[in-house]
Amino acid sequence: MKKSKLRFWGFLLPALLSFILIVIIPMIMGLYYAFRNWNGVSTDSEFTGIDNFIRLFTNDNDFLRALLFTAAVAAFVIVLVNIIGFALALFVTQKFKGATLLRAVFFMPNLIGGLLLGFTWSFIFTNVFSTIGNALHLEFLQGWLSNPETGFIGIIILSVWQMSGYMMIIYIAQLQQIPVSAKEAAKIDGANWWQTLRSITIPLVMPAFTIGLFLSISNSFKMFDQNLALTKGGPYHSTEMLALNIYNSAFAANEFGYAQAKAIIFLIIVAGVGITQLVLTKRKEVEM
Amino acid sequence: MLNTAVTSENIVPKPYKKGKVKRVLLSVFGLLLGLIFIFPVYILALNSFKVQKALFLNVLSFPDANTFTLNNYAESFSKLNYLQSFCNSLYITVFSTLLILLISTMAAWVLVRYKTRTSKFFFIIFAISMLIPFQCVMLPLMTVAKILNFLNPFGLIIMYMGFGTSLAIVMLHGFIKNVPEELEEAAVIDGCNIFQLFFIIVVPLLRIILITVAIQNVMWIWNDYLLPSLIINKPGIQTLPLMTYSFFGQYSTRWDLASAGLILCMIPVIVFYLFSQKYIIRGMTEGAIK
Repeated sequence: MKKSKLRFWGFLLPALLSFILIVIIPMIMGLYYAFRNWNGVSTDSEFTGIDNFIRLFTNDNDFLRALLFTAAVAAFVIVLVNIIGFALALFVTQKFKGATLLRAVFFMPNLIGGLLLGFTWSFIFTNVFSTIGNALHLEFLQGWLSNPETGFIGIIILSVWQMSGYMMIIYIAQLQQIPVSAKEAAKIDGANWWQTLRSITIPLVMPAFTIGLFLSISNSFKMFDQNLALTKGGPYHSTEMLALNIYNSAFAANEFGYAQAKAIIFLIIVAGVGITQLVLTKRKEVEM
Repeated sequence: MLNTAVTSENIVPKPYKKGKVKRVLLSVFGLLLGLIFIFPVYILALNSFKVQKALFLNVLSFPDANTFTLNNYAESFSKLNYLQSFCNSLYITVFSTLLILLISTMAAWVLVRYKTRTSKFFFIIFAISMLIPFQCVMLPLMTVAKILNFLNPFGLIIMYMGFGTSLAIVMLHGFIKNVPEELEEAAVIDGCNIFQLFFIIVVPLLRIILITVAIQNVMWIWNDYLLPSLIINKPGIQTLPLMTYSFFGQYSTRWDLASAGLILCMIPVIVFYLFSQKYIIRGMTEGAIK
C-alpha cells in the first residue's frame, strides 16, 4: 500500500476541520471585531479603526489595573510555585515511609476544578481565618477578601496550593533522569548537600525549569475560574485579573468589540511572555 | 539530604541508626506537610456534617451529637439536581474525550508518517495555536455557535474537539515519532488494510500516551466552567460546574449547604483519582519530559 494523498487528507481532516471551525475562524473574526463597535447581539457593527485600542490604554483604569494586578499575581505565583514544586520534588524523592502517598496528596488539588477550589478557599479565608483570628487575637486574620490586599494574597495562596503539586511532578520526572553516578562522584569528591544541589542537581534539572516556568506563566496569566470563585474581582474590580476583566467588558457592559480588542492585547501579552521565556531558558540550557 | 538514601549507605557505610532517625524525621515532616495540604478540604468536609447554627459558633470544632446532621447532603443533592448534572457532565466528558483521542491520533499519525512540507506546516499551526487564550476566540465563537445551531451539548462536544485537538496532536506527535515504522510496513505486506493497520497495529502501540492524553482531557472538560456557561447554560442540560456556580449564587451565605454541595462535586474527581492515580502520576511524569 502506497502512502496516498487520499489517506493523508482523510486522516487529517476530522481534526483539521473541527480546529478550523472552532479556533481559526473565530480567531480571524476576532481580529475583525477588535476594530469595530459591536454589541454581540446584533450582527451589525461599525468600523472604528484603532479606537478600541486607544481607549484601553488611555481611558480604562480598570483594564490597566487588571493588567498590573495580573502581572503582580503571576510574578509571585511563578516564583513560589516553581520553588515549592522543586522543593516538594526533592522531598518526596527521598526514601521514607509515605513518600508515594505524599506525591498523590500534593498533586490532588490540581484535579479539582478552579471553581470548586475558589469556593473552598473563600470559606477558609472568610470563616476559618476569622475564627482562628478571634481565638488567637490575631487582627490580620480578620476581614479577608474584603480588601484588595487580602484578595491579592488569597489568589496567590490558592494558586500556589493548586499548582505546586503539578510542578512537583514535572521536577520529579527530571530528577529521575539524573544518573546516580553523577551524585556519587560529587559525594566522593567531598561535596556537601548544598554543593551537590547547586552544581549537579539544579543544572541537570534545567529542562524541567523551562517547562515549569512556561506552564506556570501561562496558567497564572490565563487564570479565570479561581478569580471568579474567590473574589469575583471585588471589591470594586480591585482584584480583577485580565481574563475576568475581558469577560466583564463583554457580558456586564455588552461591549463585545471592545472586549475583543482587549483579548487581542491579552493574546499578545501571553504569547510574548511565553515565547520570550522559552527562548531565554533554552539558551541557558545549552550553556549549561 | 538529597542523596543520602542512595549513596551514603552504599558507598560510605555509616551507622544504621542515623539513617533510620532521618527517615522517621522525614516521615513526620511529610505528615505535617500533607496535613497542611489537606486542611482546606478537611475543614470543608467537617462543616458539611454540621447544622447551620453550629457554623456560626465554631467552624473548627468537630460535629457532636447536637450539631451532627446529614441533612445538608440530602438538601444540596436535590438542589444541585445532582444525578442529572452528574450524568450531563459524564456524557459530555466521555464523548468529547473519545472523539478528541480518535481524531487527534488519526491526524498525528499521518502528520508523522508523511514527511512532507504540508504535514510540517499543519503541525506547526496546531502547535502555535496552543498559545491562543480562550478569551480571544470566545466571543466570535458564540456568533458561530448561533449560526450553526451549536448552543447545545452536541455543539459543546464539537467545540471541545476543536479546542482539545492541538495539545493532543502535539503530545501524540512526539510519541509516534519514536515508534518505528517497520512494524507498520510489515503489517501492510501481510495484507492489512488501512483501518486494520490503524486500529490493530498503530493504536495499541500508543496505549501509554493515549491514557495520558485521555486523563488530561477528562480533567479539563470535567472541571471546565466558562465554555459550558456560554453554550449550554439552560436548565436540564447543565453540567456540575454550572450547577455549582448557580447553587453558590443562591446559597453563598449558607455554608452548611454549600460545603456539602462542594464535597459532593469533589467526590467524582477524588474517586476517579483513586482509581487512576497510578496512570495519572506516571502519565504526567512521562508527558512532562516530552
